[in-house]
Amino acid sequence: MGQITLEKVTKSFGEVEVIPPLDLTIEDGEFTVFVGPSGCGKSTLLRLIAGLEDITSGTIRIDGADATNIPPAKRGLAMVFQSYALYPHMSVRKNIAFPMRMAGIDKAEQDRRIEQAAAALNLTDYLDRRPGQLSGGQRQRVAIGRAIVREPSAFLFDEPLSNLDAALRVGMRLEISELHKRLATTMIYVTHDQVEAMTMADKIVVLRAGNIEQVGSPLDLYHAPQNIFVAGFIGSPKMNLIEGAEAKKHNAHTIGIRPEHIDVTEGSGTWTGTVGVAEHLGSDTFFHIHQTGLAESLTVRAPGEVNLRHGDTIHLTPREDQIHRFNAEGLRIP
Amino acid sequence: MATKHSRSAARLMMAPAVILLLGWMLVPLTMTLYFSFKRYLPMRGGDQGWVGFENYVRFVTSTAFWPSVQATLIIVGSVLVITVAFGVLLALLLDQPMWGQGIVRILVIAPFFVMPTVSALVWKNMFMDPVNGLFAHLWKFFGAAPIEWLSQASLTSIVIIVSWQWLPFATLILLTAIQSLDSEQLEAAEMDGAPPLSRFGFIILPHLARAITIVVLIQTIFLLAIFAEIFVTTQGSFGTRTLTYLIYQRVLESQNVGLGSAGGIYAVILANIVAIFLMRIVGKNLDA
Repeated sequence: MGQITLEKVTKSFGEVEVIPPLDLTIEDGEFTVFVGPSGCGKSTLLRLIAGLEDITSGTIRIDGADATNIPPAKRGLAMVFQSYALYPHMSVRKNIAFPMRMAGIDKAEQDRRIEQAAAALNLTDYLDRRPGQLSGGQRQRVAIGRAIVREPSAFLFDEPLSNLDAALRVGMRLEISELHKRLATTMIYVTHDQVEAMTMADKIVVLRAGNIEQVGSPLDLYHAPQNIFVAGFIGSPKMNLIEGAEAKKHNAHTIGIRPEHIDVTEGSGTWTGTVGVAEHLGSDTFFHIHQTGLAESLTVRAPGEVNLRHGDTIHLTPREDQIHRFNAEGLRIP
Repeated sequence: MATKHSRSAARLMMAPAVILLLGWMLVPLTMTLYFSFKRYLPMRGGDQGWVGFENYVRFVTSTAFWPSVQATLIIVGSVLVITVAFGVLLALLLDQPMWGQGIVRILVIAPFFVMPTVSALVWKNMFMDPVNGLFAHLWKFFGAAPIEWLSQASLTSIVIIVSWQWLPFATLILLTAIQSLDSEQLEAAEMDGAPPLSRFGFIILPHLARAITIVVLIQTIFLLAIFAEIFVTTQGSFGTRTLTYLIYQRVLESQNVGLGSAGGIYAVILANIVAIFLMRIVGKNLDA
């Protein structure tokens, strides 16, 4: 079990209100990702749930029971930190055993759980090493192992992949996703990387300045962003946002169109511009287009290889049904 | 750039410092060795020639020798235990955020700036004087008879004075070590269910191991040589005659340079034995 409910939770550091009143329910077994730009309060929110910070007002419930004033160790949650926070003077085995030792679990059971976790995380050969002798990815797995053996009701991840290199990050992303499928335990995952959010989450919570901008499945957020902020934050490359006369045609203050929803058309098109930079990835080509009279620069994705270079004229046709419309307050017009 | 040229240039430029330091160490050591094999009484006939190991035998067989080794080890050991234990406690306290942190830290470090002679005199006259000292007044306030600190509890008094001087040093080193502890480790331990005492025992203390090693090593070197504190308080009486003080008495009070020099060589040997022991016990903390 691991249902977590936040009711009117606020957090202030002195005069500064970091989290304005916030309500959120995380269902049992759900993989929830908190995503937002740095400084948006997502890590603070995670620390409030963990109990490492006291909330200023409101209620946190874990499985329906009020956990607001329960110390972190008693909440039954396990946390994986950005710096891994392994104990450097203990071997991997002792690191993983530490929470069980503190809980007074008997030695045989400790060993059984360590073997199990080590096997699941490919750590069996490293149990007697110190964290300092391990690579970044291995340290990450030890930190996850230390969380697993506690058999918590929910896992909390605080930007766990941000210290890994790009290739390892993709691998660990998969491992964590597989772990979630296998354990079916609630996981809350904080990241500023929208790709991690899109690929791993059952539910994404987009935060800005402590406010929840939108909650939904990755595809909900992709297809129906509730406001300009979410529209710009989710999706890679970013959605093109166009204001002015072109938006007026669609009865909106701003319109948004994703790079993959603009077609490059030969000869003529709705819009015309000059190619600035063309990024050839092989599978796709990204064009950064200037002088369209719509916005400073438009990004367009063309599938496969398109033979256009810097300075060439390009004709574009947006798919009308994929245009998102926003009003003057930045909110979605349905 | 570790080319052949830059390496030899580096050697050339380091040479003056290395030669100076080597000379600084070798000249006195050689002279001590030289005098230790001579019968040399400056006021009673001067240099009276070589005597072989006679000075060495006389120094060890004197009734003052073993008590002085014992006094030295008791003082060094007690001061180390007191400064490390209280140093850790003070460092933990000073690491807590509080109002006036900067001033409090400077105050804590202040005793280190007071010269040993001055601080020993202050302790002797203002605190430990059996008639006018603050301790005497304190004892009288509670109706007890004042302790004559420097004669009744002479070793304890010296340990108190020296500890007071060296506590700031230990605190300073340990405080910087505590500040370098990653706070996420403590938070992880808290999440893992470790109560404060376990967090101290399992996380903070192992993290401090290296700093404690450094404190112990450096302090031992200096504590083996304490002199001023004994000179201005007990003059080596009431069992406070350390090896250093015994050597001083042999050379200057008995005017026997040869005997004192032999004692000096013993002190060098003792210091090395202690250093090897310490390296064995705590030195492994300095690796990795």
